[in-house]
Amino acid sequence: MENSKQQKKEKQKKATAYWRENVKYLFILLSIWFLVSYGAGILFKDWLDQFKVGGFKLGFWFAQQGAIYVFIILIFVYVRLMNKLDKKYGYDK
Amino acid sequence: MDSQILTYIFVGISFAIYIGIAIWSRAGSTKEFYVAGGGVSPLANGMATAADWMSAASFISMAGIISFLGYDGSVFLMGWTGGYVLLALLLAPYLRKFGKFTVPDFIGDRYYSKIARTVAVFCALIVSFTYIAGQMRGVGVVFSRFLEVEINTGVIIGMIIVLFYAVLGGMKGITYTQVAQYCVLIFAFLVPAIFISFQMTGNPIPMLGMGDTLASQPDTYMLDKLDGLSQELGFSAYTEGSKDMIDVFAITLALMVGTAGLPHVIVRFFTVKRVKDARKSAGYALLFIGILYITAPAVASFGKLNLMQTVKDKEYAEMPQWFNTWEDLGLLAWSDKNADGKIQYLGKGKQGGPALTDNPEFEEDVTGKSGERIVTNPTDNKNELYVDRDIMVLANPEIADLPNWVIALVAAGCLAAALSTAAGLLLVISSSVSHDLIKKMVYPKITDKGELIAARLSAVVAVVVAGYFGINPPGFVAAVVALAFGLAAASFFPAIILGIFYKKMNKEGAIAGMVIGISLMLFYMLKFKFDLFGGGSKENWWFGVSPEGFGSVAMVVNFFVSIVISKFTPKPPEEVQDIVENIRLPNKAGDATH
Repeated sequence: MENSKQQKKEKQKKATAYWRENVKYLFILLSIWFLVSYGAGILFKDWLDQFKVGGFKLGFWFAQQGAIYVFIILIFVYVRLMNKLDKKYGYDK
Repeated sequence: MDSQILTYIFVGISFAIYIGIAIWSRAGSTKEFYVAGGGVSPLANGMATAADWMSAASFISMAGIISFLGYDGSVFLMGWTGGYVLLALLLAPYLRKFGKFTVPDFIGDRYYSKIARTVAVFCALIVSFTYIAGQMRGVGVVFSRFLEVEINTGVIIGMIIVLFYAVLGGMKGITYTQVAQYCVLIFAFLVPAIFISFQMTGNPIPMLGMGDTLASQPDTYMLDKLDGLSQELGFSAYTEGSKDMIDVFAITLALMVGTAGLPHVIVRFFTVKRVKDARKSAGYALLFIGILYITAPAVASFGKLNLMQTVKDKEYAEMPQWFNTWEDLGLLAWSDKNADGKIQYLGKGKQGGPALTDNPEFEEDVTGKSGERIVTNPTDNKNELYVDRDIMVLANPEIADLPNWVIALVAAGCLAAALSTAAGLLLVISSSVSHDLIKKMVYPKITDKGELIAARLSAVVAVVVAGYFGINPPGFVAAVVALAFGLAAASFFPAIILGIFYKKMNKEGAIAGMVIGISLMLFYMLKFKFDLFGGGSKENWWFGVSPEGFGSVAMVVNFFVSIVISKFTPKPPEEVQDIVENIRLPNKAGDATH
């Protein structure tokens, strides 16, 4: 009786820890998501436009190209991070 | 070979493939019909999602819209891709773990309430129907343009094809046809783009060519030339916007969140086996979508520059052959307002503006002094040239003088884009009716076989209704399609997010949030788009946000209302809180069940 209660508590603790790490990843990745699109592509677009990469003004490049590249990378980074996290907590089975 | 014959061959072969796949993968159970049996690989699911997502509008019109909006067009690029990040990180894995068939399933169970489920079904149907009516019209337009049949005949042919493989194959059938359709459409989009990029800049990769120097003037960047020429003709510089920053922000947000809340996109993540596959397929989906979305702005800028260079200070008589072809189809029109025989293409800065009051109306069988078709509805500003935005993609192969098979390929690509989206939406509508309404509310005792019949019947009815709207388009369809995103953002998104990330969220809060969110969005849309409730113009917009961007405001209101109400009403029952704890963990994701 005491033992199973202990086990349940352990399980709960593990789930909470997993969730906390997950939310931390989300927070970091979504901050980048926000920065490249709303930040670089919209709010700071005019300022960034003074820099040029090839024929692209930087802010314009972020809005029409760069943000999309970063979005794709973000999802694959997330997939990797979460696969590792699942393994760490034994949720990968 | 003649491009017309080639078009028939290409379209014929692609249709034969789609139908073959549909027969091979027909559905035998409701599980196969709703979620393709739940065993689709992430790669296939990513491709299918991409085809599902990219409609005729993405394929034909988007590059054209960007071409005319310049920087302001970025809202579509970021909005329609950034939403997948939200989907992958915040929704897909948890909804897959939850393991049901539809979005209203989740809302109904998570908020332990039939009312919540009904509100969700209602929202899903509004969003999907507004969206699909536009798609069927798109199918008709594409057919008529490439195969020279009446638009209405085109709609009917499209209906029959979609009916065939959606009704027979269900989700399983459309998933595998969408994989084929993705391949056709992306190939058809890239080939002309690569040719044109190479011609203009000497760089065969369009996304790099856009930032390269011109082949004809090796010391001038393509984009600088485009900015300069635009300003010279009185348009705003291509890389600068003319919309207010707050509105650009709001529209981008509404499109992103709306994308993540669209039921026909969300449901795709129920079709994979494990939670980790759901994450991965969101990644693949965005990769496949991104390929088109980073090419489109390049096509847009090349097309714009090409067009301006072709017409600037030239006489009508000097125009190349394609100019007349597209004039005949009504996508270009020229009205020689100052009777000098030259084309003046001018923006607001040079007393220009829209050249015509509306779409061009031509006089029959009479041509003007220079041989042009005479337009009966010119405006009185100085701009003489009407350009339909769709021309940027449709006319590209001819402008760049590409071989006939490329033109045929573009036709097949357009049809693939339109059909795949229509089929995906159709499935959401039919499962909303047979599963959410009939099985879950009206007649729960229905057998699996009975439900499958109901699903097929409702798909038939939905095709017919969608076809009706395609043939008799209500004037508001085009306007409403863009707003479908706002509606999805204002209704589903907060309810789903809070359902996963806020354990204490209860039914009172969620229902109030959804109802107030969608009502506010509908009110704003009707007021400023359809002149009801006193109407109003740009000066009256709340916080300077346009109806297209208002979904983000309505979404914030939805979040706020939900949270405040949930603080003053009873907590959700223990077992619902357990559901939430359970969906947060990725292990033991069972098969989708009833």
